[in-house]
Amino acid sequence: MEIRSPVFKKNARAALVDPQLRKAMEHVKTGFIHKRALAAAALPEFEQLRDAGKAIKDLTLANLDKYLEAYEAKVTESGGHVHWAETAEDARNIVLRICQSVEAKTVTKGKSMISEEIELNDFLEAHDIRPVETDLGEYIIQLRGEHPSHIIAPAVHLTREQVEKDFRRAHTGLPPGRDLSKPLTMLAEARKVLRSQYFAADVGITGANFLVAETGTSVIVTNEGNGDLTQILPRVHIVLASIEKVVPTLSDLAQILRVLARSATGQDMSVYTTLSTGPRRPDDPDGPEQYHVILLDNGRSSMIGTEFQDMLRCIRCGACMNHCPVYHAVGGHTYGWVYPGPMGAVLTPSLIGVDKAGHLPNASTFCGRCEAVCPMRIPLPKMMRHWREREFSRGLNPATQRYGLRAWAFFAKRPRLYRMATSLAVPVLSLFGRRRGSFRVLPLASGWTKYRDMPSPEGRTFMQEWKQREARKQGGQTS
Amino acid sequence: MSGREAILSRLRTALRAGADDAARARAVQQRLESAPRGVIPARGQIPEEDRVRLFCAMAEKVSATVERVARPADVPQAVARYLREKNLPARVRMGSDERLRQVPWGSEPSLEITVGRAEDSDLAGLAHALGGIAETGTLVLASGPANPTTVNFLPEHHLVVVRAKDIAGDMETVFDRVRETYGKGVMPRTLNFITGPSRSADIEQTLLLGAHGPRALHVIVVDGD
Repeated sequence: MEIRSPVFKKNARAALVDPQLRKAMEHVKTGFIHKRALAAAALPEFEQLRDAGKAIKDLTLANLDKYLEAYEAKVTESGGHVHWAETAEDARNIVLRICQSVEAKTVTKGKSMISEEIELNDFLEAHDIRPVETDLGEYIIQLRGEHPSHIIAPAVHLTREQVEKDFRRAHTGLPPGRDLSKPLTMLAEARKVLRSQYFAADVGITGANFLVAETGTSVIVTNEGNGDLTQILPRVHIVLASIEKVVPTLSDLAQILRVLARSATGQDMSVYTTLSTGPRRPDDPDGPEQYHVILLDNGRSSMIGTEFQDMLRCIRCGACMNHCPVYHAVGGHTYGWVYPGPMGAVLTPSLIGVDKAGHLPNASTFCGRCEAVCPMRIPLPKMMRHWREREFSRGLNPATQRYGLRAWAFFAKRPRLYRMATSLAVPVLSLFGRRRGSFRVLPLASGWTKYRDMPSPEGRTFMQEWKQREARKQGGQTS
Repeated sequence: MSGREAILSRLRTALRAGADDAARARAVQQRLESAPRGVIPARGQIPEEDRVRLFCAMAEKVSATVERVARPADVPQAVARYLREKNLPARVRMGSDERLRQVPWGSEPSLEITVGRAEDSDLAGLAHALGGIAETGTLVLASGPANPTTVNFLPEHHLVVVRAKDIAGDMETVFDRVRETYGKGVMPRTLNFITGPSRSADIEQTLLLGAHGPRALHVIVVDGD
């Protein structure tokens, strides 16, 4: 997809005044947060499991080369094929080669963020192969020619009225007078339309939530069952996975599964957790004849050994964006690439460069909710700070910001001067703002006053208040 | 240089792998072989009868329906009754599972059994689970001729038989059973963990049952042999 992260600010301004988006995003704020809190509270071992999950991922990343080799050996042993892709282009070409080897015309797809990352759909279409997204949310946005706005709820930015319009436009074979006023009837229609596609497909492509080195297994976690139909009905199953998805053993998988669904949707377990190992066996009556796994690097190996390594623990639950006030306000598309929200603000600069994605780590209030809920305890705010530092040291942020910061730093490093300046400024502002209690316009602060009033100061600086408080305390103690 | 070598060598450089390589390889091998258990929720670590009850309660919580029968011989009646209550034709698809074939289907002469992988036209599928997980009300099913995976996903109604004695407290115990059954490091082509009927909340975060998989999941717990 076209990278639109450099115009984040423009995207955000548009998103903030989009009434449809405002309405749709209300569902994120209320639903996800509440459900996660209930699920976490219902499991006394939840916090311990977060620690365990983090430790497993750290241990795996510290030996990632070895675990990938062990994983590959097991896949091969079970009759599957592992393909290594350094770049998005390599991954696309491997998929195409496999599809062409079976003369594929139609490809069904389970939900995969890697597929978005490598822009697979456009590429397949350019080679006369028809990709069909089967996850309901992905299907809706494919009809609209859009990209996901959330990593687990791709169509979360849409209202039911918008979906109804898309279904009427796309499903022309169905009676125009049919009732599509309820989500349930829309779901039934999508189920019916997509059923025939599963059988028509020559190749089924899924992502992977995990790869298990002990057994050479790929794991998908879903609620709809579309990923399963995608992988058991066509002749060929292709798994798209990035290299950090590997975990050592089935026991380790069990630990992380316990925090994944709870963090994502507030379920104890998602409906379908499916472990796939190799192609169909000689006596199997169903399942794919070929099983391929594409291991994508695309910049991840260069995060190892840096301050961004912890980001590779991410299990893509979406909890960080569900709890992010900035995400709630601007929606996922504003971030301008595949991964939105706090995890995107850290991962996107790593994968496409901070020169293009520098706005993302700046779009944070550092409220810390993302880190508080991250099941893998990824220090997201700290890593956004690292990106801000890198951006500053490379001179990538605008001159006004750099000079502003430099001016502020000049005073901040000279406490007496700083106190003097503020003790002069505060009474002046206080005097001028006394009547209204706030300012509608303020020189040099239009970025603030354009959207809200600036409250006028009370009359004294913090330091003055503090000194007086301390003095009172002293007085109290001696008397 | 192939993609494989390029990626692995970049990882080795980033990890500063070198002198400790043999030690790392040993540690990785050891972890893969021992597969240590981590934190096991206390919720499922209870006596068998409580465990079965917890399994049933958790499965119902995720919108499955559950019934308990005394013996395998009661399964045909339970299946026939379910189909009748749902106004479905007296026809069910299943694999060649020995435990399912040995139940006295003759007790329900009107019930038609078709054996083999499921077709799109099948309305009801019957499978035998490898086990259950009380912790979350999850069923575990292994692929193969005995229980083809298509039976779990194509029919609108999925009926699953699970023996009470195969219901474990936690996921790890089921994984141990898989290791015993198939051999350490070996897996069936597909291992399905199923927790309730299929669903989607992709339209306005409204949860709806019956997405692409079964609309209904009916669990038959068999208490005795």
